[in-house]
Amino acid sequence: MARTQSGLMAAVAVAAMGLAARPQALQTPAQGRGQAPAAAGQQNRGRGPQGRGAALQNFDNVDVHSLHVQGNVWMLVGAGGNVTVQVGDDGVLLVDSSFAQMSDKILAEIKKISPRPIYFILNTHAHLDHVGGNEKLAKASTDFLAPPQVQIVAQENVLKRMSAPTGEQAVFPVAAWPTDTYFTAKKEIFFNNEPVILMHQPAAHTDGDSIVFFRRSDVVSSGDIFRTTTFPFIDTERGGTINGIIAALNNILDLTVPRDKQEGGTYVIPGHGRLCDEHDVLEYRDMLTIIRDRAQDAVKKGMTLDQFRSTKPTLDYDARWGSAGGLQTTDQFVEKIFTEMKTGKR
Amino acid sequence: MVYRLKIAGLVLLLTIVAGRPASAQIDLSGVWAPIFHEDQPERIPGPDIGDYAGLPITEAARLRALSWDASLLTLPEHQCKPHPSTYGFRGVGNLRIWADQDPATQQVIKINTHIQWQEQHRDIWMDGRPHPPEYAAHTWQGFSTGQWEGDTLVVTTTHLKAGWMRRNGLALTDRATMEDRFYRHGDVITHVYIISDPVYLSEPLVKTNGFRLALNGRIDPYPCESVVEVPREKGVVPNHLPGTNHAAEEFAAKHQIPVEAALGGAETALPEFAQKMKTMKVPAATPSAAGAAR
Repeated sequence: MARTQSGLMAAVAVAAMGLAARPQALQTPAQGRGQAPAAAGQQNRGRGPQGRGAALQNFDNVDVHSLHVQGNVWMLVGAGGNVTVQVGDDGVLLVDSSFAQMSDKILAEIKKISPRPIYFILNTHAHLDHVGGNEKLAKASTDFLAPPQVQIVAQENVLKRMSAPTGEQAVFPVAAWPTDTYFTAKKEIFFNNEPVILMHQPAAHTDGDSIVFFRRSDVVSSGDIFRTTTFPFIDTERGGTINGIIAALNNILDLTVPRDKQEGGTYVIPGHGRLCDEHDVLEYRDMLTIIRDRAQDAVKKGMTLDQFRSTKPTLDYDARWGSAGGLQTTDQFVEKIFTEMKTGKR
Repeated sequence: MVYRLKIAGLVLLLTIVAGRPASAQIDLSGVWAPIFHEDQPERIPGPDIGDYAGLPITEAARLRALSWDASLLTLPEHQCKPHPSTYGFRGVGNLRIWADQDPATQQVIKINTHIQWQEQHRDIWMDGRPHPPEYAAHTWQGFSTGQWEGDTLVVTTTHLKAGWMRRNGLALTDRATMEDRFYRHGDVITHVYIISDPVYLSEPLVKTNGFRLALNGRIDPYPCESVVEVPREKGVVPNHLPGTNHAAEEFAAKHQIPVEAALGGAETALPEFAQKMKTMKVPAATPSAAGAAR
């Protein structure tokens, strides 16, 4: 089981770097598509330091940039998933931790924003480009103000995906695992003078997704449920579904309130890509709902997958959101949606 | 003596004129009323659903437009959208233009435009500042910087939200950028759009709009509140499934043009296309079209 998990996680890492990390925010989807994914394996500690092959991506040339969103919340972009940083008198809270190789640069950028230590790392899901930095960032604070242990918080399926049964080799080292999990609809934290609420989004991008709502700062971190770079990666191997992603996007829209004329107000930090607000999430939700509706209609008409593909069901969106390589091609995306509509299963 | 005074006065006048900065040679300030001599049917009553004629749209844009259902605009989240700057100057509502100056140097820092409908406010930065990074948020009006080319204000806009090029479902992505130009001649401004979208346009879309100075023009507030207009199940997004929207055929039949013309594309804007149309099939006139022809 752990070997299979190792192989799968290595594949996820390969594709995550190919899809997400070039640097993510500084490339257009057209530039990102078609690039061969880099090899990975740096997290397979149980198989030796290099894991399943050396990483081809050169993180040396990747910079981390910070952007103040609003209130206590900042956004870091670079390689891997976006990192959300909440700062204040209580300390620093992160949502996701990007790749391990980016940790030093991430820490350096956090220090420009706040000198306080990290107290919490919240993980939106278990993919390498969002949890890879857990171990290093959790160990980062060594001054006298540092907490005895940084709390890594996530939905319990994240822990299940990162760990392994006793006697098996886990994909991630223990130090990277969540220390605090939840299995109910939400988990609440009060930090830096505001409620920070993790909300489970079942069977969305994966089976362990959380969105994080900073209620006073009025910012939502969406994880990979929402991105501005490509169609969403539906991780069917880890419980992901298109209907779950759409439901999660609708939940995000329930939280967001625009300031005026459908602009500003609640900001949304996507898993990858630029800073957004309600309208950006709305466009993404509309697109996925329309594509899903087309698949539903095709199944109702008794089409096969090939017949459905021949209708070019994503033609109006491909040039902006599609991908010819990486973690999930457009063809694979279409197949997953069709299969889900046809079978009700992933 | 008088002659010398005249020469001195002329030299002084030339010095003052020549000493004016190259920028801000034309003052665009004022309230301007839109002139609809051009494209009135599109800009006022609005284009027919299915009319994409003459626009350099891609196949992707065409499918997107044919999937668009106007009922989408009844969703609360869609109700209060203003026009993006890639469309707003074509719409109804007066336009106010004014400049913000640095009090110490009197140099123009920013030119503001405000269009009444949905309070479309645009900042055109004239101080040479760079555009934001790629990961910054996008807005309806985008981020604009301007410079003078002679008496013409040339504006470059990026960071636009996904918007539209026409009010019948012809969309623009958030990859669109725009160059627009303001020419003032007396009491008239001619505004030229040049819109590029690598996804939905095969070549730049160029449109012009006119405005006349309205000395007693006014701009009213335009608040907007979203409400549930049509009760629906959560998450329903009105759209036409592929093959179910026959609006382009209906438009073509109504005006007795080939459907290929109605469906648009860069070719349909060229005069040569008129010759090609003669070889194409024209759909049978509908009863309403026959009635209109009488």
